[in-house]
Amino acid sequence: MVDQSIASLAQKLRAKEISSVELTQDYLARIKQLDGQLNSFITVTDEVALAQAEAADKLIAAGSTSALAGIPIAHKDLFCTDGVLTTCASKMLHNFVPPYESTVTGRMLASGVVTLGKTNMDEFAMGSSNENSYYGAVKNPWNLEKVPGGSSGGSAAAVAAGLCVAATGTDTGGSIRQPASFCGISGLKPTYGRVSRFGMIAYASSLDQAGPMARSAEDCAHILQSIAGFDGNDSTCSEVAIEDYTANLDAPLDGLTIGLPKEYFGDGLNNDVATVIQDAVKEFEKLGAKVKEISLPNLNLSIPSYYVIAPSEASSNLSRFDGVRYGYRCEEPKDLMDMYKRSRGEGFGKEVQKRIMVGTYALSEGYYDAYYLKAQRIRRLIKEDFVNALAEVDVIMGPVAPTTAFGIGAKTDDPIAMYLEDIYTLSINLAGIPAMSIPAGFADGMPVGLQIMGNYFAEAKLLNVAHKFQQATDWHTKNPSLAEGA
Amino acid sequence: MNWEVVIGLEIHAQLSTQSKLFSGAATSFGAEPNTNTTLVDLGMPGALPVFNKEALRMAVMFGSAVNAEIGMTSVFARKNYFYPDLPKGYQTSQMDHPIVGKGFLDITLDDGTVKRVGITRAHLEEDAGKSLHEDFHGMTGIDLNRSSTPLLEIVSEPDMRSAKEAVAYVKMIHSIVTYLGICDGNMAEGSMRCDINISLRPKGQEEFGTRTEIKNVNSFRFIERAIYTEIERQADILEDGGKIVQETRLYDPDKDETRSMRSKEDANDYRYFPCPDLLPIELTQEYVDDIAANLPELPMQKAERFMSEYKLSEYDAGVLSATRAMADYFEEVAKAAGNAKLAANWVMGELSKYLNTEGKEITESNVSAEQLGGLLVRIGDNTINGNTAKSVLQAMWEGQGSADEIIEAKGLKQVTDTGAIEAMIQGVIEANAAQVEQFRASDEDKQKKMIGFFMGQVMKASQGKANPGVVTPILNKLLKG
Repeated sequence: MVDQSIASLAQKLRAKEISSVELTQDYLARIKQLDGQLNSFITVTDEVALAQAEAADKLIAAGSTSALAGIPIAHKDLFCTDGVLTTCASKMLHNFVPPYESTVTGRMLASGVVTLGKTNMDEFAMGSSNENSYYGAVKNPWNLEKVPGGSSGGSAAAVAAGLCVAATGTDTGGSIRQPASFCGISGLKPTYGRVSRFGMIAYASSLDQAGPMARSAEDCAHILQSIAGFDGNDSTCSEVAIEDYTANLDAPLDGLTIGLPKEYFGDGLNNDVATVIQDAVKEFEKLGAKVKEISLPNLNLSIPSYYVIAPSEASSNLSRFDGVRYGYRCEEPKDLMDMYKRSRGEGFGKEVQKRIMVGTYALSEGYYDAYYLKAQRIRRLIKEDFVNALAEVDVIMGPVAPTTAFGIGAKTDDPIAMYLEDIYTLSINLAGIPAMSIPAGFADGMPVGLQIMGNYFAEAKLLNVAHKFQQATDWHTKNPSLAEGA
Repeated sequence: MNWEVVIGLEIHAQLSTQSKLFSGAATSFGAEPNTNTTLVDLGMPGALPVFNKEALRMAVMFGSAVNAEIGMTSVFARKNYFYPDLPKGYQTSQMDHPIVGKGFLDITLDDGTVKRVGITRAHLEEDAGKSLHEDFHGMTGIDLNRSSTPLLEIVSEPDMRSAKEAVAYVKMIHSIVTYLGICDGNMAEGSMRCDINISLRPKGQEEFGTRTEIKNVNSFRFIERAIYTEIERQADILEDGGKIVQETRLYDPDKDETRSMRSKEDANDYRYFPCPDLLPIELTQEYVDDIAANLPELPMQKAERFMSEYKLSEYDAGVLSATRAMADYFEEVAKAAGNAKLAANWVMGELSKYLNTEGKEITESNVSAEQLGGLLVRIGDNTINGNTAKSVLQAMWEGQGSADEIIEAKGLKQVTDTGAIEAMIQGVIEANAAQVEQFRASDEDKQKKMIGFFMGQVMKASQGKANPGVVTPILNKLLKG
């Protein structure tokens, strides 16, 4: 039952083959059995989940048509959940129980989901390996020696291991797509502004976007349907009307033009990963698509641009964690300055402190023009590259990451190598366009994700393209084998 | 040496919106600590600002009223610094692209000359909360009710050359924002606060001297005194060959001195950058034109109208239009009394005496405009004379009722019956035979001086109720025999 899609589970729930309570009990039992190896959950909310499941069973009996009713899911632990611990995987928020609900989790509750718990992540969503968590590293269910990717590594590992049907993630520079790629699941980063950021603890406000992580593009579509759309509580949330994301999943791909950016296939890309991507593109050609080489000339500038803009915003966004009103406060502060310094010094992990310092530096008087303003100009160039490319092609494809999941600890001492992991994903956030990662094969026994990028608000098109591929292939149905109770 | 003072002002006016700049919390003053707050004002994780369009409208109104360029694209920026009552660790303000750009306004000085003062800019920003140090046993309490309250920071050019000019400018800004209804102008509650930049330079020198900034002065009187004090302090230093340190100072009204808060070296690097949680504000010309076309009457315009419509003197028109509340009060009295000139005299004269004695604003007057108008009607129709009216007003001020009730109750109705008055005058003449004889023996000039004595006697006999207009001709006739 644990490798079923949302659509098939929804059908079984309505056919009374299983109840949501039974389904929820199955998943809770699986978490208990398996998550000791993975560490994908920070908080498991058994009681809340079972109460929600009971309510969902009643909803379904009463004729609810919501595809998500009674479906057990999990949320990345940076979505504020009313009455449920929300840590951002940080000591800073180890005791923070929000008295409010984020728009994303609130909308999913309204769709009748069952929330199993909150998933592990890189602290404050800063990282590409899920090694930066106050609650410990998350392991990749395909190989426990390897990282699941980050920052939504807990969500990716949990979905891949069948500990939940689907999960939410957030993506600031690849944090949905890269862990989806590393763990062999489907993940969608929507257009910036498609999904409300209200109640999502901010990392870099102009880049952060929430999205679904699930077993298939179709499952992603069901979740996006629930969470997307205008929200008056987020001024950057778009008023562009949402589409019916499942209606055109099966639309044929005849005549689809795929752009392959030559910069995505250059130095640094692992050969085996390249082969998987090329094979996937051939599959699309079989489905009637045409391929065109394109260029995104400023791609190499996306890393420096991102690592100025994101830390700059983060340095300001994380100022509110000062030990005054909530969260961690150091013991026995001597005075105000001591309270600030020790609360923040003890409450934030190393990577978070590093990015706060980088951002503070970049925004400082005398450096602002050279760093922040220049990074913003580069951002515009990167955006123009995508706008120009997407005027010629329908979607852009390429790898999500240069390699498959790397070993735990392999890159922790080499921040530049770690930052290079994000070379194919960062530019999408800088441009604000939507992109997906879907399983496209394996290299060295580890999953490889194909990245599909589209135009602003073209989520339905991306999901359609991804779904057709998943109809023609079975990569997304592969499951890691985990020894129970190990 | 002969020093010239150069003054520029930054005025923070709290906009009188119902809700806060970036949240739906109420802005009302005096609520229980931390009750007028939402997730946004408390700086909770994941809370996001939503811009209050009413504050935008008010800022554009101000810009139109001071002849300023309106920023058709304005941008909110974050001013980053740590302070316990600044919940987000940054203040959302405007930096490079303010909503109001260059403008100007004219102030009238005591000698009647008009001076133009440049407005550099005015921008929208949110207020911080308050740190409370009492009642917390050595700890600090934080009240975030004021957090995210909308402020318009109005920055002037360094165009003022005296404390008087500075005060005239602040009064004009006060007058404009209250006329526009965008700020209640209540300085005691902090609705308008003033930062004063002051420097001295030898008269004739073009270059500015080093300035100091006096923070958060909150009354017209303190502004004037703080400036005098600071001029003296700076002049003393310069006369002794010293140098002014660029710094922020605080004015202590109890000691009438300014003292250093922090020097330029200690100044924060605020690391301004555009707020990524708020989109730039884009205005249409239509929106701006519509606001400009529908501005309420401003103080200068009102003064001119008072002069042309009510034939008031320039001085009277200026006083009565100084605040919107005063102007509204006056116009209501004038309407009720049917006599603008009389209304002007009474509002500026008798009524102001009572207000000043009790330190009250016109809005707090014990006597409403309608009631005062009712009193003036009774002067106009000769029911009472001016002197009696003064005592009636006193009774009204003390809450004894309306003018008519008091006149009735005290029997103050004026006597205009010529027969009764003639009898009274006859009585006075008989009782003062010696003075009458002296009067009749005097020349005309002397007589004019003496008539006041008899007038007084008649008024006394009538207990002040005789109509002087009726008394005078009869008295003259009977005295001359």
